[in-house]
Amino acid sequence: MPPIPEFGRVQELIYELQIKQVMSREVATVTPDQSISDLKNLLRVKRISGAPVVENGKLVGIISVEDLIRALSKGEMAASIRDRMTTSLITVNEESTLIEAVRKFAQLGVGRLPVVNDRHELVGIVTGGDINRALLEALGLRYEAEEKHHIVHKNLFEEISSDETSIRLKYAIASKDFGNGGKASSRMKRALETIGVPPEVRRRAAIVSYEAEMNLIIHTTRGGELSVCVSPERLQICTTDAGPGIPDIDKALRPGWSTAPHWICELGFGAGMGLVNMKRCADEMKLESTPDVGTRLEVVIYPQLHT
Amino acid sequence: MTLREIIQLVEGAPLTRVIPWDMDINYVTASDLMSDVLAFAKPHSVLLTGLANVHVISTAEMADVAAIILIRGKQPSDEVIRQAEEKGKPVFGSPHSMFELCARLHNAGMQGADVNAL
Repeated sequence: MPPIPEFGRVQELIYELQIKQVMSREVATVTPDQSISDLKNLLRVKRISGAPVVENGKLVGIISVEDLIRALSKGEMAASIRDRMTTSLITVNEESTLIEAVRKFAQLGVGRLPVVNDRHELVGIVTGGDINRALLEALGLRYEAEEKHHIVHKNLFEEISSDETSIRLKYAIASKDFGNGGKASSRMKRALETIGVPPEVRRRAAIVSYEAEMNLIIHTTRGGELSVCVSPERLQICTTDAGPGIPDIDKALRPGWSTAPHWICELGFGAGMGLVNMKRCADEMKLESTPDVGTRLEVVIYPQLHT
Repeated sequence: MTLREIIQLVEGAPLTRVIPWDMDINYVTASDLMSDVLAFAKPHSVLLTGLANVHVISTAEMADVAAIILIRGKQPSDEVIRQAEEKGKPVFGSPHSMFELCARLHNAGMQGADVNAL
């Protein structure tokens, strides 16, 4: 049989991934004071074959469908779970790596293990299925990462014949939409990669557009527009908005000058370095603003200067 | 230095699932201010930060930062991890402070990403 190239990686992953990265966090549990009859209902509804027993947050036992059958055959469905549960517990710590769970599955012939934290509180449950799924996902992600690495993007401009070619990208930016901050710039950076813009030019353009995008989100009243025009000789990034405008552009360009509200700082922005950063990445920068009318920012990067 | 060596030095634990352990890392950026990261970070660099939100991942993406180390045991949300994995940015957690981590990496011969800036 030919060697399986992925096998070594699977082994690596088993030693790398932690139980808490693969376990299910939603666990159906019972308390010791519930009855075997309650357990029967739970197992039926959830279609599971056993459940951890939890008292005051701590894992105190485990009870399975076998315990249920035993009680059923004796006609003792009203018995408490406390009297029938297994208290010699085999658990795994959430910080352990997958190999710990894999070993216990093999040694003990069990199909699932309760996962506990350092305080012996139940935090999840891990099954063979969880581990297989996590390994497949991780292999898939790794494969994707390698694929990305190997794709050598052709330069789109070289495939298009015209007297003058340029590609225009447009993104609408909503005011105060911090959750999506950076999304437009991320899409733009990927688009530039597809077009075949060289890495250093892409990086500069992404930094400019990310800072500009955050400015539109933080400062504008009604959002604005980010547009990029790419040709082989020139990359132009423009943002426009409809206010409130910058009262004093010289001050705005001073390193450390900020009018951003304090809480923006907790997101890692608002330190008065945005425009300074843009200028550093730009070959040309123009900023025009009229209070109550709006602001227009234009940055130009010449790819030849950075390759 | 390889990413593996760096992570050993900072006693880091991976929080994302795909780690290019043998990747070369040449520079370190240490900041909670993402604008500073955008100003100084370089390709082949690792970012030390106490900030654990999605903007850290976006910043790493824009500035081509290779890997992120969250200091002092900061726990990112599931969304942060999801985005990091989607964008191929490995994230680690270290229990130590920014000062301690900078000292360890500097003593080991790492350079700041801003070394030749301006």
